[in-house]
Amino acid sequence: MKRIQELAKTRQLGESPIIQVSVRLLVPFIQLFGLYIIVHGHYSPGGGFQGGVVLGASFVLLALAFDLKTSLRHMSERANAILGNLGALIFTGTAVICALLGGLFLDYSALDRIIPLGPIEWRSMGIFIVEVGVGLAVMSIMASLYWDLGSGGELDEGL
Amino acid sequence: MIWQLDLLILALVVVCALAAITLKDLLSATVVFGAYSFLMCLLWAEMGAVDVAFTEATVGAGISTVLFIAAILRTSRRSKD
Repeated sequence: MKRIQELAKTRQLGESPIIQVSVRLLVPFIQLFGLYIIVHGHYSPGGGFQGGVVLGASFVLLALAFDLKTSLRHMSERANAILGNLGALIFTGTAVICALLGGLFLDYSALDRIIPLGPIEWRSMGIFIVEVGVGLAVMSIMASLYWDLGSGGELDEGL
Repeated sequence: MIWQLDLLILALVVVCALAAITLKDLLSATVVFGAYSFLMCLLWAEMGAVDVAFTEATVGAGISTVLFIAAILRTSRRSKD
């Protein structure tokens, strides 16, 4: 383990053309799969949390194969923070709107009073809206956890 | 559900857990812990809980192993125990 720590100090880990090319090819498909998991979450296994983790893992994979700067070029720290807060806002906002419209907290059938689709249809749609919010928040947290932990909080170099 | 397969995976899970707590090297323990997570994922999927298996595969075997390794590479050993 000591040898690996010394290696990590002297040069970048995982610097290999095979790894870099395959990661560059794979990352768009990983992100597409994450989006699929989020939007398909209420019909099949998956959902906001798992899809968000897969989306965040794509940025972690970029940071592992290249370095932190490449990862931050794809998703800047500012955009990451904005997306995370937006996700939490979508989640709590939907719940509060439901409560303000006369239903219970997270009772999606109350949203029927804004756009009349029927309470059953709105329960399905409400889960989808909430899952998008959860996915955004989890993606932001997972990516920034790795960025802060891998760089020691300085955000200039990776592992 | 095939109980022979369940028993096999469960035995491997116990072996991985015992190996993870007896290994002295932190990096090896982390790798064994990733294998443990993956076996748990197989077990959940085999028992029909696909959603839990999905979470275990992404969070347990994927992100948490990377985070453990990142944390270990940031630590330094003071004594040779």
